[in-house]
Amino acid sequence: MNHTTYVQLLNASCGAFLLAGVLVLWRRDLAAIVRLFALQGAALALLIAVLGVHEGEAGVVALAAGIGALRTLLLPWLLRRALAGDGTSRETQPLVNVAASLTVAALLGLLCYAVTRPIVRLDPTPATHAVPVALTVVLIGLFVLVTRRRAVSQIVGFLLMDNGITAVAFLTASGVPLVVELGVSLDVLLAVLVLQVLTARMRAAFGDTDLDDLRELRD
Amino acid sequence: MTGILGAALQVVLVAAGAPLLVGLMRQVRARAEGRAGAGVLQPWRDLRKLLRKEPITPHGTGPLFRMAPLVLAGSTLVAAAVIPLVTTRSPLDGAADLFAVTALLALGTVALALAALDTGTAFGGMGASREMVVLALVEPTILLSTFALSVRAGSTNLGAIVTATLDDPQRAVFPASLLALVALVVVVIAEAGRMPVDNPSTHLELTMVHEAMVLEYAGPDLALVEWASAMRLTVLLGLLANLFVPWGITGDSLALLPAGIAAVAAKVAAAGAALAAAEVFMAKLRMFRVPELLAGSFVLALFAVASSFFLVAP
Repeated sequence: MNHTTYVQLLNASCGAFLLAGVLVLWRRDLAAIVRLFALQGAALALLIAVLGVHEGEAGVVALAAGIGALRTLLLPWLLRRALAGDGTSRETQPLVNVAASLTVAALLGLLCYAVTRPIVRLDPTPATHAVPVALTVVLIGLFVLVTRRRAVSQIVGFLLMDNGITAVAFLTASGVPLVVELGVSLDVLLAVLVLQVLTARMRAAFGDTDLDDLRELRD
Repeated sequence: MTGILGAALQVVLVAAGAPLLVGLMRQVRARAEGRAGAGVLQPWRDLRKLLRKEPITPHGTGPLFRMAPLVLAGSTLVAAAVIPLVTTRSPLDGAADLFAVTALLALGTVALALAALDTGTAFGGMGASREMVVLALVEPTILLSTFALSVRAGSTNLGAIVTATLDDPQRAVFPASLLALVALVVVVIAEAGRMPVDNPSTHLELTMVHEAMVLEYAGPDLALVEWASAMRLTVLLGLLANLFVPWGITGDSLALLPAGIAAVAAKVAAAGAALAAAEVFMAKLRMFRVPELLAGSFVLALFAVASSFFLVAP
């Protein structure tokens, strides 16, 4: 793979990664949010594969395949299952309205560009130039996590953060050791499984997954 | 020489082809809905019918009402001459600036909105206020998304942007271009008054935007307004196609002009048919959801600009 192709592919996958993250804020339909999350997983897998091929490390490419399978197939499938029995399929009333949260996303993006400038200056390669994009996705994930009310969209926010953190790790240091990455992936999977069970329980108990309605403890 | 001929050809092509594009889009829509459709030439027949009628204006309207269709059509024709559709060597190249084109298109919209206010009817005022809401949100996005493209070309001249993309085709898949493309598609749809933002074929007061403004026009004036809005759609689709898929556009060569015409006609027809096909499956957004859509495209345009500055290939 020559240098130009590498840069183009890297930038294109970063663009898709960011685009999916921003569109999550924009859509209200929970099924569409899950689809966008799967798309972002695919972009992340492509990003890691491109980095792996560029550095000629077979392990990283294999890791990309694993991450792709986990984040484009398994986690969205689990989320869809959590969604299936849910009567309300829309994010009805986010705490911050959609137009305002898109504006906040723009500000978060600018903040990330400002904050990561020293990191980029340390070692200006095409990969480190893309670090602000990954960090923006982390902050957008956090924002989704704190402003959405449905359990499923909060899980997606958490997973967006994790996608962003993984992307930052691979862009700055060409990834963490394999064992750590496997541990993190397993952790995320377990967290989603637990949250899925929790969502099902919540729906059984309250008939709804609007977390703001959970005002009192019950036995 | 090529430039003058090319610019003249662009004006003729847009003027003659715009109703055909609208006809094609209606035909695609009709076929997709299982109707036979009226044929591609129907908009031209409608225009001929309207032009034969007696010009009348509502009681109490002033010169503004009579001038607005002329301003709308005139500004769109100037934009058609200026932007790179058939050739990048326009004699008006100095005016082929992104700001100038955006301002030209906005001038027509504002003239029509003022004319709608001039009638003093409830519908006119409502349509004008809705159109201004859309316009105010669309303009910054158009400017920002074309900025993202101009950063790479080092100039806000549309001809220079198109030439730069032709010279280096790989920049078409640059993330900034992808983000800017999505943003620009949304604003072109909003600016041209197409489906998710405005339904061009409705007469229901809850949903009208453009229709509410032109409700008081009749005869030749209505023909002019209809023709001008078809031309706006053509110009915007042509600009979109040439900014992102510039292949086939003519440079200096005179012999390649027919190829340039064929290329731009094919591209605009394909874009129009795709838009019409997508519209069949789409419902119009409620008016208060429109700012959300446009805010989304604004954010994408902002990220496009940011990434064209920061994701620089060393």
